[in-house]
Amino acid sequence: MAIGWYLAVSAIVFAIGAAGVITRRNPLLVLVCLELMLNAGNLALISFARMHGSQEGQVFALVVMVVAAAEVAVGLGIVVALYRNRVAVDVDELRELQG
Amino acid sequence: MNEVLFFIAGPLAVIAALGVVVLRNPFYAVLSLVAHLLSLAALFLLLYAPFVAVVQVMVYVGAVMVLYVFVNAYVGGATDATGGPAPTLRWLSYAIGIGVLATVVVATLGSSLKAIDSDGAKIGADFGSPGQIGELLLTRFLLPFEAASFLLLVAAVGAVVLARRRRGVLPGEDRMIAALDLLAPTGTGSMREGVGAVNPVPGALSAHITPSTGAGSPPASGTRGDIDGEDD
Repeated sequence: MAIGWYLAVSAIVFAIGAAGVITRRNPLLVLVCLELMLNAGNLALISFARMHGSQEGQVFALVVMVVAAAEVAVGLGIVVALYRNRVAVDVDELRELQG
Repeated sequence: MNEVLFFIAGPLAVIAALGVVVLRNPFYAVLSLVAHLLSLAALFLLLYAPFVAVVQVMVYVGAVMVLYVFVNAYVGGATDATGGPAPTLRWLSYAIGIGVLATVVVATLGSSLKAIDSDGAKIGADFGSPGQIGELLLTRFLLPFEAASFLLLVAAVGAVVLARRRRGVLPGEDRMIAALDLLAPTGTGSMREGVGAVNPVPGALSAHITPSTGAGSPPASGTRGDIDGEDD
């Protein structure tokens, strides 16, 4: 399989994730679409690592996974805090950051 | 064999990603993301990244997705209520998505990288094995490794701070007694005792705060609520 095929899948998934981040209104689903974009980036990193025959790209993909896990923890914490404070769970309604 | 597996896993990844964006029910969207991550793990295996594929399945599908499903169930999992933004904005967002796709495709496939049409460089038999990745992480990439672990610690603390309850004790919670409180005799120095939640020593807290008053009134069971409600 040529590397270009994997890069094409990565580009398509990245674009789908970007469109989802813009269109979704539930903050939970915005986070899910962010996961899509991060994973598309991971796929591109690993394809380039395979292309060059070096493993540095795979290490970087692992670091991206760590960053994604941290983002999920903080983001879901914010969602839970919003729900606790009885704020409407809708990104269009969230206009202020005041606790 | 590689081609067969790719043309199973690749379109599945794309279709599952579309499902994440399109499906109304958040629970189904999260399940679709699980399918997407599993097919991505298959693609990682095809690219000779076995360790990353296993980490993907264990960390993402195993841990992160459980977190998503749990928060989804906690928040209530109502369907995306009003069906998206106004039509003009929706078409604008689709146009932005297509524009991003065109940009990324031109940037990667349209680049003049010669190896992009090849199967990749020659690699050894243990390419991407846990041993190789671990050696890289502990020698050449030691600083990013430590920074990542520190980031995880900060994120865990931040998640706890963000998601804790901020309005003090609930009615009736003062009467809740942990099982350990019955087992341990008073004065054994547990953490709850330290903050005055269990059997507050008469005058201990008030003596610390205002030593001039001497043996003031004992801080009763309100101290726990004060500590929980104190924030910002």
